Amino acid sequence: MHEYSIVQALIDRVQKEADAHGAEAVNGIRVRIGELSGVEIDLLRSAYDLFSEKSVCEGAELEIVPVPARWTCRGCGAQIRAGEILCCSVCSQPASLAEGDEIILERIEMEVA
Amino acid sequence: MCETCGCGDPELMPVEVHESLLSENDRAAGHNREHFAGQEVLAVNLMGSPGSGKTAVLEATAAALDGSGRLSALSGDLATDHDADRLQKAGIPSLSITTGSACHLDAQLVHRALHDLEWKESDLLFIENVGNLVCPAIYDLGQAVNVVALAVTEGEDKPLKYPVMFRKADLVLITKVDLLPHLPQVDMKAIEDALSHTMPESAFIPVSAVTGEGIDRWLEWLEELRRHHGE
Ligand SMILES: Nc1nc2c(ncn2[C@@H]2O[C@H](COP(=O)(O)OP(=O)(O)OP(=O)(O)O)[C@@H](O)[C@H]2O)c(=O)[nH]1
Ligand SMILES: [Mg+2]
Ligand SMILES: [Zn+2]
Ligand SMILES: [Zn+2]
Ligand SMILES: [Zn+2]
Repeated sequence: MHEYSIVQALIDRVQKEADAHGAEAVNGIRVRIGELSGVEIDLLRSAYDLFSEKSVCEGAELEIVPVPARWTCRGCGAQIRAGEILCCSVCSQPASLAEGDEIILERIEMEVA
Repeated sequence: MCETCGCGDPELMPVEVHESLLSENDRAAGHNREHFAGQEVLAVNLMGSPGSGKTAVLEATAAALDGSGRLSALSGDLATDHDADRLQKAGIPSLSITTGSACHLDAQLVHRALHDLEWKESDLLFIENVGNLVCPAIYDLGQAVNVVALAVTEGEDKPLKYPVMFRKADLVLITKVDLLPHLPQVDMKAIEDALSHTMPESAFIPVSAVTGEGIDRWLEWLEELRRHHGE
């Protein structure tokens, strides 16, 4: 359950930003989670519900933006669809993951006096 | 707050961060990588399911090298020191990293362990990760390569079910191939096909720690890597 350590990192990061901006409260948080990041969105949410209590994030809404995996050819840039062999059928170059492995804290909405 | 003009009301402020939540681990991994480069040690992160044969492959590796390669190992284990003890017996200076409830090694755990292991004189440092097909793939340790042990008994569809792990693999060791004669239903072609759908540069070596089959190819792969890395 590495989702717990990820939520811990999230809360620490939010605390740092809240301190830096002198926030009185945190209203919302947005994260982007890639399909191939290895993070289960359901587990992340339950870990958040548990750990945000009595933290700077208490009561703050967690918005999770799921990012589907997108593979492209390193040679010609062609899209390689999910379920295909991860190698370009045109130039035989291996595919590279353009998007879909991120675990990113995007933005925090806070209240400042 | 003041009801007529709203003065003193808290103001909503969006703060853009756009930072990976793994950035602390990634920084520590980068630091480990510098240590490894400084000593010209090639670090191999060996991952795979519980019981897939990770320790056995390392034992077979030591036996095949028969003292001709300088090895060391860190072994991630939830609760015991068994694997480090086995590797030590096989002639590999080893240290166990007990993770307790954590399902994976992280870069800080590895960094701490580097202080207590004689690794600097070795050519290869194997980091046997916790047996788990999900979590270890997420955490960079500073390794040069990721190797995944996948036993023929695990089911041909494992790469498709655990794409996060196999996507990160530079090499898959298909282990326990000595069992194939007893497993007529296991289809090696199906395993290879599943790998080509999850690994962009599908590379695998069938091995057996029992018969030693394929261990020579595995050693060649490591040797080739070391040549490349030294350049
Ligand atoms: N037949 C056969 N059995 C093997 C082979 N390699 C390992 N085994 C057996 O598989 C079991 C697990 O092997 P280990 O080397 O402990 O596997 P591991 O991946 O290190 O296990 P954990 O570290 O506990 O996750 C043991 O009973 C081994 O004897 C092999 O090549 N052939
Ligand atoms: Mg083991
Ligand atoms: Zn985990
Ligand atoms: Zn192409
Ligand atoms: Zn250091």
